[in-house]
Amino acid sequence: MPKVKMPRKGSHVDMTAMCDVAFLLLTFFMLATKFKPQEPVVIRTPASTSTMPIPNDYMLLSLSKDGRVFFSIDNLNVREELITEISQSKGLNLSPAQIKAFKEGGSIGVPFNKLGSYLALTPAQRNEYDKTAPGIPTDTTASYETNELSYWIKTSRYANPKLRIAIKADGDAKYPEIQKVIATLGHEKVFRFNFITDGKAVPPGTALATEVAAGKKE
Amino acid sequence: MAEMEVKGGKGSPRVDLTPMVDLGFLLITFFMFTTTMSKPKTMEIQMPFKEDNMKEDEKSKVKESTAMTILLSKDHRIYYYYGIGSDATKPPELKVTSFKDQDGIRDAIIAKKKEVQGLISAGQLSADDKLTIMVKPAENSTTDDLINVLDEMTINAVPIYAVVDITPVDLEFISATEKANGIQ
Repeated sequence: MPKVKMPRKGSHVDMTAMCDVAFLLLTFFMLATKFKPQEPVVIRTPASTSTMPIPNDYMLLSLSKDGRVFFSIDNLNVREELITEISQSKGLNLSPAQIKAFKEGGSIGVPFNKLGSYLALTPAQRNEYDKTAPGIPTDTTASYETNELSYWIKTSRYANPKLRIAIKADGDAKYPEIQKVIATLGHEKVFRFNFITDGKAVPPGTALATEVAAGKKE
Repeated sequence: MAEMEVKGGKGSPRVDLTPMVDLGFLLITFFMFTTTMSKPKTMEIQMPFKEDNMKEDEKSKVKESTAMTILLSKDHRIYYYYGIGSDATKPPELKVTSFKDQDGIRDAIIAKKKEVQGLISAGQLSADDKLTIMVKPAENSTTDDLINVLDEMTINAVPIYAVVDITPVDLEFISATEKANGIQ
């Protein structure tokens, strides 16, 4: 008796199409991705109705809940220029390895006199240290000689005059802390800057809601 | 011989792609979680221009009738009054409110805005006069309060507003009001 071979069906789905889609998406995400920068501390930003995107070239001043200030810049070239300048002018004598560590690192939250030893740490040690880092001194009561934030801002604006300033402040930070940052900016003749905020719905029935409805404002 | 040839020819050209798809989706998931697709939203603010040795006549003047002062205090409490409140002997009527949607600071701003518009149409103020709000955060207010109140300015389309330092006079107003209301 001849064997009748029943065609087996359905045990094998053609995966080619699915594979295509998967890799298409993968390529998209790989190209579109920009890794989240390392955050030194958790910051809960306040909410606002503003939808303005962050400017392209900016320096980020982070203010933690307990009033510590961290400084960071995205642009790698500016970072290098900045640290070379600061190393020279403040007499820190940073080694090339320390300069490289700054260039590739994230936010800075230490005074100048601790910068060398901070940059000598490994990235993992730096992350651990940031949790208790003292922050950049922002004293505005005395002369601006001791206000190191002012020096950071001045030097980075010298390296790239187009730099805008974004402040990421914790909603629970006390006003005097944010006031110190604002006063420091004022001292550097920066009167226009951006606060990073979370989104919030426009309340209905207000002037802004009318404007948005009329398409005047994004 | 013939059999072997047949076998060789039968060798399926199909490769099992399942593990590859698995890997693909695993990587997609990884990139989706690590990516920051949208740029963070920001709120732009313009602080009043300040020079240390500014002459008195270079400072901008605010008319009493167009002005409103908002004092930010502790526990997200807001005190506000209409006018500048520069005269300590004539304390303005301080009202207390908060950031709630109904009967909050928003309604106070809208009321003042209407009042200024009324004065303009009545001819008591010129058409150039605009509502001016001064925000004075006290030391025990938080960044949240500051951002919220600045957001209210955008929400209510306040033409001119500024964040200024709180004065001892204003602090006195607050403590007097707190005492009168029995707030600790």
